[in-house]
Amino acid sequence: MGFPVKQIWHRSADLEEVSAVVVPGGFSYGDYLRSGAIARFAPAMESVAKFGKSGGLVLGVCNGFQILTEAGMLPGVLLRNVGLRFICQEIYLRVERNDTPFTSRMRIGQVIKIPIAHNEGNYYLPPDDLDALEAAGQVVFRYCDRNGNVTPESNPNGALNNIAGIINKEGNVLGMMPHPERRCDPLLGKADGVEIFRSMADYLRRN
Amino acid sequence: MKVRVNVRLKPAILDPQGKTVQQALTQMGYDDVKSVRIGKLIELEVEGATIQAVKARAEEFSRKLLVNPMMETFEIELENDPRK
Repeated sequence: MGFPVKQIWHRSADLEEVSAVVVPGGFSYGDYLRSGAIARFAPAMESVAKFGKSGGLVLGVCNGFQILTEAGMLPGVLLRNVGLRFICQEIYLRVERNDTPFTSRMRIGQVIKIPIAHNEGNYYLPPDDLDALEAAGQVVFRYCDRNGNVTPESNPNGALNNIAGIINKEGNVLGMMPHPERRCDPLLGKADGVEIFRSMADYLRRN
Repeated sequence: MKVRVNVRLKPAILDPQGKTVQQALTQMGYDDVKSVRIGKLIELEVEGATIQAVKARAEEFSRKLLVNPMMETFEIELENDPRK
């Protein structure tokens, strides 16, 4: 991407003047209590919350998405998969917006293929809040079939409205269950995921 | 003082774990079991001068960490609870 990358230790509250933050997947604190519930109080996360509030780009992937919802940086919660299984497979996503710093290199309606690997990916929001989220156009990715149809069969985990990724109202914090970083090298299959990081890089160069 | 926090999933939240346990019970012949919901019990030992003070603290940290109010409800029980 042409940008240096730093890893920030979770106990460090110092983000060291980064221009974007990626909160990666994993099983922070063993997923104890609830996925992401304890990590959101890590010193690094308190700094990430401030960084996001000030307009900095924040991408949360998988457990990172769960942490961002627990921290209140994104609405909703990720419940246990409806099928009660840890799911690790390739899925298709339909891109719903390309006017975000994370998706500018994609087309609306484009179908991308990247993997999911999670036990709690069932996106939930109470009905009124869900309507508000949809009305505000905050859904960026939905699970779909290979032709881009959003169907119950293409929903791997029971997420409401097939929601796989959402953005905050301000448009600088995105959370998604699928793993774009696992599809960044053609050696690992079609590198659809890299377009998210390229979009972010474009945005950072422009701003 | 002993504090127990009972955490339950809100009624609107699907509980695939409870449903799976119910199916197992049905398969075992307990077909009189019509519903299973699985929550969690968190037991703590909290220092405090009065019951009210401990209860207030417990409510505060339950809301902040132990419970996600979007999906769960909770009840706090104290060992010296006058209701018992």
